[in-house]
Parts: sequence; structure tokens; C-alpha cells
Amino acid sequence: MSGVRILVGTRKGAFILSADGNRKHWTVDGPHFAGWEVYHLKGSPADPNRIYASQTSSWFGQIIQRSSDGGRTWEQPGIDPADIPKIDEVQEDGSMPAPAPSLFAYDTSAETGKPLTTHRWYDGTPHPWEFARVWHLEPSLDDPDTVYAGVEDAALFKSTDGGQSWQELAGLRGHGSGTEWDPGAGGLCLHTILLDRQNPDRMYVAISSAGAFRTDDAGQTWRPINQGLVSEQIPNPTAEIGHCVHNLAMHPSRPDVLFMQKHWDVMRSDDGGDAWHEVSGNLPSDFGFPIAVHAHEPETVYVVPIESDSLHYPPEGKLRVYRSRGGGHEWEPLTRGLPQEHCYVNILRDAMSVDTLDQCGIYFGTTGGQVYASPDGGDHWTAIVRDLPAVLSVEVQTLP
Amino acid sequence: MSEAPSARPARIRVLLPDQLQRLAKLEREVTVTVGGPVTQRTVLDALEASFPALRGTIRDHAGRRRPKVRIFACNEDVSHNPPDEPLPKAIASGAEPLFVLGAISGG
Repeated sequence: MSGVRILVGTRKGAFILSADGNRKHWTVDGPHFAGWEVYHLKGSPADPNRIYASQTSSWFGQIIQRSSDGGRTWEQPGIDPADIPKIDEVQEDGSMPAPAPSLFAYDTSAETGKPLTTHRWYDGTPHPWEFARVWHLEPSLDDPDTVYAGVEDAALFKSTDGGQSWQELAGLRGHGSGTEWDPGAGGLCLHTILLDRQNPDRMYVAISSAGAFRTDDAGQTWRPINQGLVSEQIPNPTAEIGHCVHNLAMHPSRPDVLFMQKHWDVMRSDDGGDAWHEVSGNLPSDFGFPIAVHAHEPETVYVVPIESDSLHYPPEGKLRVYRSRGGGHEWEPLTRGLPQEHCYVNILRDAMSVDTLDQCGIYFGTTGGQVYASPDGGDHWTAIVRDLPAVLSVEVQTLP
Repeated sequence: MSEAPSARPARIRVLLPDQLQRLAKLEREVTVTVGGPVTQRTVLDALEASFPALRGTIRDHAGRRRPKVRIFACNEDVSHNPPDEPLPKAIASGAEPLFVLGAISGG
């Protein structure tokens, strides 16, 4: 029987929630990487047993974890126990162990990078690029060993050896506007990566707070795609660069149709991001973080309105997912099973996902540690777990 | 306080913070062998050679101590000492452990 596996990243570890296709009875496995921030986990579409995880710490740096058995066991790519040198061998010649290569080294080569040395800091001054963490891991659609990483300070990296080594796709930072990128409240992070199933050369990324970008040559060159965005918080509200895009979503059958949750405003593009128009419609607030598309209805879109950028909780203390069945403009609240009073959690940008079972399930996690599931497209919700650490990300795998 | 390099391999005790114990699946105290001078650099080199999962965590991938990691020897903060400076005799003899910890900043 088919089933689902939910990969949950939290402030203090990762959890894996599993159920059969009925999605009524769940098992909870974890914490994995206890005590570490796990910004994101995601499974390979080409091999659901292959899962990548971003394990990070302000103290001890960035770790990439990889599982080849659906999350039961994990390894750090490149650190095979068989490779551990024997202590005597190390000491006999007095040699030092070879330093591990830097996992995420920005490309500073003149040939490929047009190397940038600074972006803009919060106060407008130039600031050097400094790697902080991996926000998002996006496995290739057809190769389990190929995976993309969106990092802070914003850049896009690619690995073709299962996460062991990483190379920057430097054309993004180097396309010309990189020196004008400003950090958002969470840092200058590349948090969204969309792959086009119909065109392997096309890819989208989003950066807070620089905007959305597209490549049509597999990541070699990039251009900003922010026409139509209006952000009153920046000096030029219609500038090409500087919009705080929170999340992008796409239905795989219609890759030219994109949906965007911006800092404020829910937006839509019907031409691969060349132009955007607002579809916030009757939402109680058009501020929010995640946005998702129904697995079988390309015009059915989900958002979770949040009161404002200073009040990171739902309007009126009511946790409501909003669904539009017409691609925006008209939205209906989905509340059954969700708290409708005294609820002051946030739902972060990577913390909502859908499964692809016949009756599409939708899932989201909160900063209060709940993970909610709806097996019927949002009509009814139940909490799978209520007391996890703050949830940073939710990804769903639909299993055969 | 410090001593000249020993000719015999030294068995150095190292105390690890909780997060690194979990990462590398180690106990709080581990022992590593250092063949030459006992310094921060040689101890951390030996530590990373013995337990590769720790590479990049105490020092970044360029070999620099991470800003929020501190290293104590015999109750003295040696984090900012030159990495090639010999560590105290009590560390080199194994009488005292080298103490690696995350800075206490916000829990």
C-alpha cells in the first residue's frame, strides 16, 4: 500500500513522520541530529530512499547528512568509516591529516565567477560574503547523486557526488546585481529552488531580500524576474532588485505558472516569471511565508496568512490555511481541526508541502512544534504531533 | 607551564561538547595520540584524523578556530594562543584533558 513520509526539520533536530495511504495512524521517528538546527531535509524524486539534510550550528558550522535507506541511517558524505586513518599511520611520519575541503567555498575565480567580494549590509555598507548555512536542499529530478543547495550568504551550489563536494553556480551572484543584494530579517539567504520538469535547463531561485531569478541554461547565467512586484518597504518599490520574496511554488505540469508569497502580497506569473501580478484578493493578510500548489489541481493554491512582518502570528489568533481554487484572487479559509483562538505561532517558508496521493494531502509545521496534516486537500486537519521543537521545514515524500 | 616537545607519542585526553559527541557518536572524553609537539594544532589534527566527522566543526575548513568555540587547558582559556604553542605539561602527560566547548551565548 502506498504511504507518505514527512521530513521535518526543527531547531533541535529532525523527525520523520510516516503513515500508510490512509494517513490516519502515524509513527514518529527522531530526533535525528539532536540538538542541531536542521533547516531542511528533502528526498530525491529519483530514489525516495535517498534523503539529504542540512544540519547546522552557529557554533560548529555546516554538516550535510545523507541517507540511502529512507532516513533510518545517515552518513556525512565523504566521511566513510573505512576512510578513517589509523592513528599509528598518521603519527609515524608526523604528517598532518589532509584538511577537508571547504564544503561551500564561494567561487572567486576570474574565469567563472566575475568574483564578487561584497554584498550590501543592513546599513547599506559593503559587506563581505560569508557562508553561514544551507537553507534549502533540492535534489535533482532524475539523479539521486545530484543536489542543489541554497545557502546564506545567498548563493547556489551544486553537488554531483551525493553531497560530498560542492561547486558554486557563480553566474547567479555574478550576473551583475549581487553587490546590491540586501539581507532580509533572517539573513541574506537563498531559500527557494524550483526545477522545471519539462525543461532541465530552466531553474528558479528566490533570495531574501534580492528577489527571484531564473536560468535557462542549467545555471550558467541568470537574470532577475521581478517585473510587476511592488514593495513599498524599499526606496524604489518597483526596482528590479531588492524584493523580499518569501517562497515560490509551481505545479510540475505547468512550469510556466508560478505562485509567489512575497513579504507582502501573493503574486502569480503565467510566463515563467517574466511578469507578475497580484492575486492576494480577499486574504485577511497578504503577508506570509509558505505557498503550495495542490498535486492534481494546478489552479488550487494554499497560503497561510500572517498578521504582519512585525507580528509573526496569524490574524486574530486564528490559524487558517487559505485555499484558492482559481489560481488566486478568491480565497477560502480552511479551519476544521485548526486552533481558532489564542494561536500565535508562525509557519515558516519551507514548512508546507503536499503529497501526490489520489486525494492530495497537505501538511505544515509551526514554530510552536505542531505538524498538521489534511488528507483531503485542506478540508479537515489533525495534528500529527504537537510538541516538537520549532519547525523549520516540512517536506513530504509519497511512497509507492 | 609549557614543555618541550616529547619524543614519545603522547596520549592526549580531549573533552568534547554535547553537540559534537552526538555528531561523531563519541563519549564526552576521547583520547588521541600525538607524535610530535603537543599543541592545539597537533591535538586538533589528531582529533580530526581519528574522528573525521569532527572535521570543520571545531575549526572551519580553512583551519581557523570557529568564533564560538573555546579551548581550555588546565582552567586557562588558550583559545587565542598561537596554535603551535606547546600546551601545558599536564595536558601533554594526559593528567588533564583539553577542554573544547561551545561559547555560552544564548543556550
